[in-house]
Amino acid sequence: MTTETLTHGEYDKHREYEQIETGYQAVRWHEPVIYELSRKGSRNQIVPEAEEEIRSKVGDVVSHIPEQMRRENPPELPELSEPEIMRHYLRLSQQTLGFDSGISIGLGTCTMKYSPKVNDQLARLPQLSEVHPLQPEDTIQGILEIMYELRNWLCELSGMDEFSIQPRGGSHGVYANACIMRAYHRSRGDAKRDEVITCAVSHPCNAGCPSTAGFKVIQLYPDKETGDIGLQALKAAVSERTAGLMLTAPYDTGVFDSEIGEYIKVVHEAGGLVSLDQANFNGVMTRLRAGDIGADLMHFNLHKTFSTPHGSCGPATGAIGVKQELRKFLPVPVVEFDGSRYHLNYDLPQSIEKVGSFYGVVMNALKAYAWIMAMGARGLREAAEWAVINNNYLIKKLLEIRGIGIAWPNRGKLQEARFTLEKLKEETGVGTSDFNLRITDYGVQSYFESHEPVIIPEPVTPEASDTVSKEDLDRFVEIFRRVSEEAYTDPGIVKTAPHRCAIHQTDPEPLHDPKKTVTTWRARLKKHE
Amino acid sequence: MNRESANGKEKLGFIVNPLAGIGGRVGLKGSDGLDTVKKAFDLGAVPFSPARATEALKGLSLIKGEIDLITYPFEMGEDEARECSFAPVVLGSIVPGETTAADTKRAAQEMAELGVNLLLFVGGDGTARDIYEAVGDRVPVLGIPAGVKIHSSVYAVSPRRAAELVKEFLRGRAPVCEMEVMDIDEDQFRQGRVSARLYGYLSVPFERRLVQGAKVGSSGASESTKAIAEHVVDLMRDDHYYILGPGTTVKAVGDELGIDKTLLGVDLVHRKQLVGKDLNEEQLLALITGKNTKIVVTVIGGQGYIFGRGNQQISPRVVREVGKDNLIVVSTQRKLVSLNGPLLVDTGDYELDESLSGYIRVITGYNEESVWKVEY
Amino acid sequence: MSEGFVHRYIPNSAPGVREAMLEEIGFEDVGQIYEEIPEELRFTGELDIPKEPVTEFEVAQRIKAMLAKNKATDELLSFLGAGCWPHYVPALCDEIIGRSEFLTAYSGADATDYGRYQTIFEYQSMMGDLLAMDVVSTPVYDGTTASGDAAHMASRATGRKEFLVPSTCSPDRLATMRNYCDPWLEIKRVDFDAETGQMDLEDLKGKASSQTAAIYVETPSYLGFIEAQCADIAQIAHENGALLVAYVNPTSLGLLSPPGEYGADIACGEGQPLGMHMHCGGATLGILACNDAERFLELMPSFLIGISSTLVEGEHAFSWHTLWDRMMYATRDKAKSFTGTSSWLWGISAAVYMALMGPEGMRQLGEVNMQKAYYAMELLSSIKGVKAPTFASPHFNEFVVNFDETGKTVSEVNRALFEHGILGGKDLSGEFPQLGQAALYCVTETHTKEDIETLVEALERIVR
Repeated sequence: MTTETLTHGEYDKHREYEQIETGYQAVRWHEPVIYELSRKGSRNQIVPEAEEEIRSKVGDVVSHIPEQMRRENPPELPELSEPEIMRHYLRLSQQTLGFDSGISIGLGTCTMKYSPKVNDQLARLPQLSEVHPLQPEDTIQGILEIMYELRNWLCELSGMDEFSIQPRGGSHGVYANACIMRAYHRSRGDAKRDEVITCAVSHPCNAGCPSTAGFKVIQLYPDKETGDIGLQALKAAVSERTAGLMLTAPYDTGVFDSEIGEYIKVVHEAGGLVSLDQANFNGVMTRLRAGDIGADLMHFNLHKTFSTPHGSCGPATGAIGVKQELRKFLPVPVVEFDGSRYHLNYDLPQSIEKVGSFYGVVMNALKAYAWIMAMGARGLREAAEWAVINNNYLIKKLLEIRGIGIAWPNRGKLQEARFTLEKLKEETGVGTSDFNLRITDYGVQSYFESHEPVIIPEPVTPEASDTVSKEDLDRFVEIFRRVSEEAYTDPGIVKTAPHRCAIHQTDPEPLHDPKKTVTTWRARLKKHE
Repeated sequence: MNRESANGKEKLGFIVNPLAGIGGRVGLKGSDGLDTVKKAFDLGAVPFSPARATEALKGLSLIKGEIDLITYPFEMGEDEARECSFAPVVLGSIVPGETTAADTKRAAQEMAELGVNLLLFVGGDGTARDIYEAVGDRVPVLGIPAGVKIHSSVYAVSPRRAAELVKEFLRGRAPVCEMEVMDIDEDQFRQGRVSARLYGYLSVPFERRLVQGAKVGSSGASESTKAIAEHVVDLMRDDHYYILGPGTTVKAVGDELGIDKTLLGVDLVHRKQLVGKDLNEEQLLALITGKNTKIVVTVIGGQGYIFGRGNQQISPRVVREVGKDNLIVVSTQRKLVSLNGPLLVDTGDYELDESLSGYIRVITGYNEESVWKVEY
Repeated sequence: MSEGFVHRYIPNSAPGVREAMLEEIGFEDVGQIYEEIPEELRFTGELDIPKEPVTEFEVAQRIKAMLAKNKATDELLSFLGAGCWPHYVPALCDEIIGRSEFLTAYSGADATDYGRYQTIFEYQSMMGDLLAMDVVSTPVYDGTTASGDAAHMASRATGRKEFLVPSTCSPDRLATMRNYCDPWLEIKRVDFDAETGQMDLEDLKGKASSQTAAIYVETPSYLGFIEAQCADIAQIAHENGALLVAYVNPTSLGLLSPPGEYGADIACGEGQPLGMHMHCGGATLGILACNDAERFLELMPSFLIGISSTLVEGEHAFSWHTLWDRMMYATRDKAKSFTGTSSWLWGISAAVYMALMGPEGMRQLGEVNMQKAYYAMELLSSIKGVKAPTFASPHFNEFVVNFDETGKTVSEVNRALFEHGILGGKDLSGEFPQLGQAALYCVTETHTKEDIETLVEALERIVR
């Protein structure tokens, strides 16, 4: 067998599997790739010609372009009329399961929650959407006020002294923090500090980003029994070469490291900085402040806890927060307020200058700000409690299902937890990747398994945020129960899933082999010539 | 070698060692030798293998029509195959009820000659050694443990998991890696000085998903081991000697240096040149006494030993001469995580073992280390 | 403690639910679950944030009041560009990215988020057509970080340590690249011809060597002129065993030769012009692409959507698990890279935009931009003391205007223009002192003939 197409016997069985009622059928438009819909000569009149007087005055502008820089062959873009384009992308949107459509409890570490529509509307107003970033400060006082007010609230929530929203995602924020760490040690003439310590159940960017910034990475691992790193292990990693510690707290496993206070002390004593990745802030907001427990740097994902929409994978914001003594290294500009006016301060001589263009994703600042306003401190506390209650309810219910276990069962879990289908796999041959495909036949979003390294076998990492209802949780659990039952009675259904989604199971082969990988239609056409 | 039958199907070799693991439960050491077997049955032992075998074959029922199952007669595979409605190709001949290691070896050999894509076997620790002696790493193999838990990467965790892995492999989605075969039964390791020798390496498929740096079709750990090797070489100093222990990850260091490092032995390197090959304890001491030396070792065997299994040439005297601060431990992160427990040391010198225990740094990539616990 | 706290965003806050759920999980109080956090680390104080929630009406009111303190470019006549440009955004773009499915999706599976993956694959494909390149990344953060990624790729591909950039390079891009290149590459600047702005090829030849990982070129330049020597620069790069990294403006690619055709190995750029409003600089799309798959595909640092088949014949699958091992998420390497949630929603907008424009639309778009810019340059240069453009080179839709001979600083000119409700070009006198009192003006298809004449009239009055 070298292809993934089913044999005749299996295909017939597959058609049977497709008839099994699950209460769900995804939209299947069999929508071709847009190039296949192209009709030569279709044109949409979007932009007018330049005025007659302009054209006659400037003449043939193209002749100004030196011949070697003139485009000879027009780009082979598809040609369709507007209604066809509308229909095409509308259909594709209908074949996408956003948060609003249904249950996204499965996507752990993503903190999927409701993005208030009023915030999206406000962000589309021309007083933000039609603003150029380089406009004189006097014309953007409203935007600067929003950014500054948000900064105040984020400082309050984190216990830090200054913020920047320039990084355009969580990983980008961790990278900025790694650059700040680098700048800090260099400014003190401490060139030998070239090691950053992190943990394998923190987000991989806690290793990848300091690595990109030139640091050597020392990985620690959660103890098999406790789920914590352990002080002895941390001490083995700390030395006079330690530049800093980058940890996610609580971990992606939902475990709060009970000794993290000790680690921070040890790292500080050794002269290193501590950076806390607060992507998992949703369960601990108003109860934990990174600054209070000793963090020198940290970041929030505004598109997670703070409700800004995930946008199909961005635009996002990794808002980085620092203590006062590191403020001078922040990327510029920093928003300041003198009591009557807001300013953009570019004059930070030791700044790392820029990690991205302009100020960051300003619309996310507005949406996060509006969300905090809508919740109030009381609402934030409630939301965090609900994240934790929802998650623990989910844990109790899922563990009643045959074949499902949980990692570190003796540890309490906060905003999420990591489960394991190891037992299911041993007993039925159905593992987590199979299970994950079958649950989607019941009309829920897939779940997040685990980042690398895969420490817990056959992992399942859901996260039930504050905006999830008990009914949704019950439904999610019920679906797991059904699929577990299927695994024990007729695993073929699960192993050949999905059956009721927009497409069937992907053949991973062309995606792993660089010789077969194709990322553009033109490359695909060339391969088939 | 023709790896596909004329009918386009994949060939799967299937060997059952019907008596594997029989002795253990009733307190007998090993199960080779017909006398031991008879004694075991008299003590009430019940064979494990048949049940394991059928469970694995059941997990393969979905692809029954697409493979040619090639097996040996009666209780060496044929019985289980027919029970699960396979139509096997049966090779060779045996004396039913009196099978020995020789039968296993013959079966493996004949199946290798026939060009099987994968050799699936049910057996105990000794069965892997028999198969190694018969075919080496010429054919990919995968073991299903019969009865006793075996800490060896040659064996899948359970029959069902083995079936899944077989399917992945036949679909071209599971890479293969060399896995160590040790010369003693690790779970029957008794007190006293019994040395565990690194017997050889078998080529075994493993689950792609668990691996970093794995490309389909190539040796699974090649990406990360290359990074580790580059890092070790970049750290090497001209005024130092380097003792390179056995194992594939250390061999990668050799490859990076462009030298022909032995896979199973202990070599010595100086100024990036090979100074001694497959050395024993005395030879090592003669070459390194009084010199600045570092030892590069990796994890040998499924239980996680960095000293005491397969590299006894790096004896307590050698380690003390080098100094325990001059140890460089290398391993892929995948290997460490798969141990699901600490690294182990068993040099035979209790005080040395104690001093080596605690937490150490392991090189797991280029400019990347992992902190891992070491126990004795 | 939380009795009666019902909130519109928390479905479970309806009365009775909390008690029922807590009972099921065997806790009396949620505080018991929080005991996982060591007591000494818990925050128990009062936060200086307004305590009570605010109704939707009031949220909208307050935010609108704050935004009302802004003046946007629908009220002001703006000629600002410099990395964020005013272009017409077709209604279809906003319509499609306003679809809640696209707006609120994230990281679902091949089958559940099929539409999202196909759309981004189509973005990659259409961008590939514009660039004439076969391998295109999913959108990265923005043009500046894309340049940084390109530098990393060049470093890993060649193992070398020097990165040559023109002195006319955008200072923001240079600043971002400096971070990304640290500690892998040393950035070296190449001189430019004071008359034309074009890269000084003699200086380049002197600086290019076996240490060069790549030569980076911008066309159009940050300063607006079209770098005409790209093919020559490519040759110099390749002769030295180095790569050519081309930074481009997608609006120009209907008219200008694409990087794939003059020998660029890696292309990067800012995609904001393709269907994104300016959003105060917050709507950015980093373009990253390469041509030689064998050499560069596995060095791409970010997510890639690949195409595959499924269990059923004839079906396409699109997946981001394409060469997953290559990224930070799975493996480690020298000159590491990182990636993460970036800007895919803008990729969707760009896909719609490129589909609407088609080849002829892109050509026309480029031509109209140039026509308007050239019209502006002609009229401006007729003003006494104003030199437009500064550089004797062809330009696209931005150009440097010099005010030295008016005796006024750019700052003074811009303040005066503002009184006329006009935003003048970006003040370059700080970034490029050698250009004197110079400003970067941007003219696009959104500027009418009247707009341009309004600017010219105002300037005439100001410099008199």
